[in-house]
Amino acid sequence: MSAYTATVTVRLKRGVLDPEAETTKHALERLGFELEALRSTDRFELDLDAADAERAAERAEGMAERLLANPTIHDYDVDVTERE
Amino acid sequence: MIAVVRFGGSNCDRDAVRALEAVGLDAEIVWHEDGLPADADGVVLPGGFSYGDYLRAGAMAARSPIMDDVRDAANDGVPVLGVCNGAQIGCEAGLTPGAFTTNASARFQCEHVHLRVENAETPWTRAYEEGDVVEFPIAHGEGRFEIPDAELAELENDDRVLFRYCDAEGNITEKANPNGSTGNVAGIVGESATVAVMMPHPERAALPLLGGTDGQGVLEGFA
Repeated sequence: MSAYTATVTVRLKRGVLDPEAETTKHALERLGFELEALRSTDRFELDLDAADAERAAERAEGMAERLLANPTIHDYDVDVTERE
Repeated sequence: MIAVVRFGGSNCDRDAVRALEAVGLDAEIVWHEDGLPADADGVVLPGGFSYGDYLRAGAMAARSPIMDDVRDAANDGVPVLGVCNGAQIGCEAGLTPGAFTTNASARFQCEHVHLRVENAETPWTRAYEEGDVVEFPIAHGEGRFEIPDAELAELENDDRVLFRYCDAEGNITEKANPNGSTGNVAGIVGESATVAVMMPHPERAALPLLGGTDGQGVLEGFA
């Protein structure tokens, strides 16, 4: 078994309105910043032990499917790195 | 007995019991950890902020053990009604399609809205006529109904939309849509019409003292 950190990033599917991101973008513009668009995501860092990185990724994907993301509105991706 | 399921953070559970009693039904609050009583012949998933809306509104409650009981009961034909946070829980649990997410305004909205009855052939709407305009309160920050186009088309084809947000005359307009819901959808039924979710609160429009009784018809769906 090795120690991994699986990072799950959950974002709204393209085309799904994100009012909080819009509000944040407007606030940045009020502060004088220029930007074309702003997207926000949720990032979950999962420390877990697994036989290899592939197994670690599978487990993290299972967690995203079952709870961390809502497939109706979200896409997600999983990135696994070895943990010291 | 109608079981009104109380999760940590439910806050419309007592209102629901009172409103159900007002239409002559026997209702009881059931703590979620106690499981669904075997004699429950109806289930209300009430409004509130279960688990502090952590992760997403309804996400945690939808995955709590009592929801397995609720799913089994629904499959056996026991009527299930999810209101507000209960609607969010119902969608998160897969009892109904789609998702309720952040209002287009990005604000919590507490106001009275008009709803048009889209299908009067369900237990929840048989007290009304198709096209009737009713007035219910809403109180939510995450009530925008989102659903992929193909799934919405399927819902509409199968006549599974219960209510749409409308103006006082029954016109479905963008202005009358309080939260940006796809197709102005305010409430739907699951694969079986005995399972329904809706963001507006019928139980807050069920006592004359509170200014209206339009919501009684929905609650009579349990009768």
